[in-house]
Amino acid sequence: MSLDLSSATFMGYVRENGRIGVRNHVLILSVDDISNAAIQAVENNIKGTIAIPHPYGRLQFGADLELHFRTLIGTGSNPNVAAVVVVGIEEQWTQHVVDGIAATGKPVAGFGIEQHGDHDTIKRASAKAKEFVHWASTLQREERPISDLWVSTKCGESDTTSGLASNPAVGNMFDKLHPHDVTMVFGETTELTGGEHLVAARCKTPEIREKFQFMFDRYQDVVEAHKTSDLSDSQPTKGNIAGGLTTIEEKALGNIQKIGRTAPVDGVLDKAEEPTGPGLWFMDSSSAAAEMVTLCAAAGFTVHMFTTGQGNVVGHPILPVIKTCANPRTVRTMGEHIDSDISGLLRKEMTMDDAGDALIEMTLATASGRLTAAEVLGHREFVLTRLYESA
Amino acid sequence: MIHFIVHDENDSVGVIVVEGITAGDSLEGWIMDQQKDIQIQAKDDIPIGHKLAITDLAEDDTVIKYGTDIGRVVAPISIGEHVHVHNVKTKRW
Repeated sequence: MSLDLSSATFMGYVRENGRIGVRNHVLILSVDDISNAAIQAVENNIKGTIAIPHPYGRLQFGADLELHFRTLIGTGSNPNVAAVVVVGIEEQWTQHVVDGIAATGKPVAGFGIEQHGDHDTIKRASAKAKEFVHWASTLQREERPISDLWVSTKCGESDTTSGLASNPAVGNMFDKLHPHDVTMVFGETTELTGGEHLVAARCKTPEIREKFQFMFDRYQDVVEAHKTSDLSDSQPTKGNIAGGLTTIEEKALGNIQKIGRTAPVDGVLDKAEEPTGPGLWFMDSSSAAAEMVTLCAAAGFTVHMFTTGQGNVVGHPILPVIKTCANPRTVRTMGEHIDSDISGLLRKEMTMDDAGDALIEMTLATASGRLTAAEVLGHREFVLTRLYESA
Repeated sequence: MIHFIVHDENDSVGVIVVEGITAGDSLEGWIMDQQKDIQIQAKDDIPIGHKLAITDLAEDDTVIKYGTDIGRVVAPISIGEHVHVHNVKTKRW
């Protein structure tokens, strides 16, 4: 292999808690649906901010509410974010999110709309956001070792070229990064169906294997409880089927290529849960692109390697989503979405080792500041996972 | 020029990796794991990314890809034919 990873570095932002960011966003975060108008007004007033509107946050309870808070606090805490303005309808839940993010040591301020109204809230929140942008814009990137990288992966609008080429290329990259203490995650729980035994066999210890099996079975129970057919109408998706994937088993076996051939599964995470050390983690998660990417960002991942076959266009407000594709037709028809074209694999013009190196180089370039296609095209999908109905 | 790729020589299917394959075309294939070449004549028009049978399959046979079970045959398939949702179904859910 041509890349020497032991001396490889990238240029990142050192945060108060020692984590390294690859972006420097000032985030305007809403706690709930009815605060979206206010945060979007602040984003419009103060250039250099990014607002994350979303449709939930009222009358949630139990594990679903915990996941809501974990996702919002995790997103604000992500090292790609320099500072956060939080706006919610009520003081208490707003303060809960502020306190969670403040634990990182980064600047954060909260504003409750009740008894103030939108105008006064927007005015005060805009003043604070302006202060944060001036401060964040003075921060400089520093050279950091690759062990400071947190890389997540997912495949979307997959087809057979994903399993043949782009997913094994990510696997090649993950196998190469694992010895260098990079923190990595994969997920897509239902999309392991038919290959779950292969993931279980890779788990490092019996305890990790048991936890993986628990998460896998828990998701299968959800499918069994709610399905009206064998899920062939949604998993594989219509796009997967158009791309030649026939069954969930075939899709899963392609998906699993992303975890390579040698790296063990070092740990298992619940949705939006932060890993406690380097290595390869499995995170229980939906297989829907924006949901899974949102959970990765909330868990603290700073760069995302996304493979596509038929052409998924997903992005995220604060997590750069790198797209790689090996389908020559998709590269031709949707080239503006693809950061790394590895279709040469299918023509035997490129080896898997070359492709893995190309993805590592693109990851390091992105971590150092290269904007991804999804960022340049304005894709800012932020989708909260819900576990059940609100009260 | 490679027209289709097979993961493993014990698989029952290969994947078309070029556009415009039509019935009657003579196809050059490459078996990745064993680094072997293989030739098959297409019996259907098969789009890029879709599978062709590299062995004859009877109803209720198991389809193997990546050396692993990917579903069951629901209509007989002969070598060179298009393999997809019309003749293969999941065994799960």
